[in-house]
Amino acid sequence: MLWIAGSLVVAGMFFFAVGVIGLLRFPDFYTRLHAAGKCDSLAAVLVILGVALYNLADFSLASLLVSLKILAIAVFVFVASPTATHAIAEAALVIGVEPWSKKDQEQ
Amino acid sequence: MATKIATFVTMLLFWVLLSGMFDAFHLSVGVLSCLLVTLFSHELLFYGDKKRSWLHGTLGVVRYFPWLFWQIVVANLQVAYIVLHPRMLDLIDPRLIRFKTFLKRPIAKVALAQSITLTPGTITVNIDEDQFTVYALTRSAAESLPGEMERRVGKALEPAS
Amino acid sequence: MDTLFLVCSLIFSVLLALCLLRVVGGPTVLDRILGGNVIGTKVTVLLLIIGTLYHRVEMFVDIAIAYALLNFIATLGAAKYFLHSKKVGLQEDD
Repeated sequence: MLWIAGSLVVAGMFFFAVGVIGLLRFPDFYTRLHAAGKCDSLAAVLVILGVALYNLADFSLASLLVSLKILAIAVFVFVASPTATHAIAEAALVIGVEPWSKKDQEQ
Repeated sequence: MATKIATFVTMLLFWVLLSGMFDAFHLSVGVLSCLLVTLFSHELLFYGDKKRSWLHGTLGVVRYFPWLFWQIVVANLQVAYIVLHPRMLDLIDPRLIRFKTFLKRPIAKVALAQSITLTPGTITVNIDEDQFTVYALTRSAAESLPGEMERRVGKALEPAS
Repeated sequence: MDTLFLVCSLIFSVLLALCLLRVVGGPTVLDRILGGNVIGTKVTVLLLIIGTLYHRVEMFVDIAIAYALLNFIATLGAAKYFLHSKKVGLQEDD
């Protein structure tokens, strides 16, 4: 159990790091959205699942309730993160932020 | 009436989960506030669902979710590959695409939009009636839409016709 | 196991500082909002990890829930606000 929890946390940290590197490296706003929106939600869910499992290691009613609460955070992040990404993307499109494209690079 | 009861039960379960106390005072306060919330906003939680078998919907979601999670992991590995590639700018080819969906129920459209945002190199920017606007990171990601995901969402959340 | 969580929280602080670079650097307002959103998600998870470290998860989990909700609402609010004020975005975008 502890090993599963630990590996979940480590995998989540990896995806968090990838998300941040993507946030810093990508050339324009829309591509940054990809790194931030996807990597972050998966990484957060993985780490949260890991913490919930670790918390269940000494089993009791109280720890079960806390783990369910932690799972509720995971579900919330899963629903809220794409919605936030979508809202920012729509705002960018309406404002008229120029997307980076390959043609600009070649000229 | 059925939606009111369903809303109330969901609220109460959530209350018990969040409070974690089982004495008479906390439970009665919980019942009272859940009743008030149900009274004020019972039509919000189960919006647009008049007559549907709940069992079918739940089963569809349960069958859809593991596949979605697997797709998300694959998508993240692809994004990780692109991010960590030293010559990243050669790999990406961002583009905006539009397509029409056959899904009718609002919840199915929302589920499809969220799934698209979470999976390979694509972000849903806008939904207008049945027109999806999607921003894709690579050419292959743009060509893969709308594909298997739309079919699976339709199977999971559309009423069987 | 505690060592793992400690190392994780240290890595988290480094990642948060890197996200702050994006928030400070811009170049558009929306980049800053996005950076803020990412920081919020990270802090939600960091709160859980800190709770585990102090063996007080049952307390920190409530704070984490409130933080996640506030982060989501703040992002939506900021995005909606700049949806209706086109000038601000274009001034920053150069």
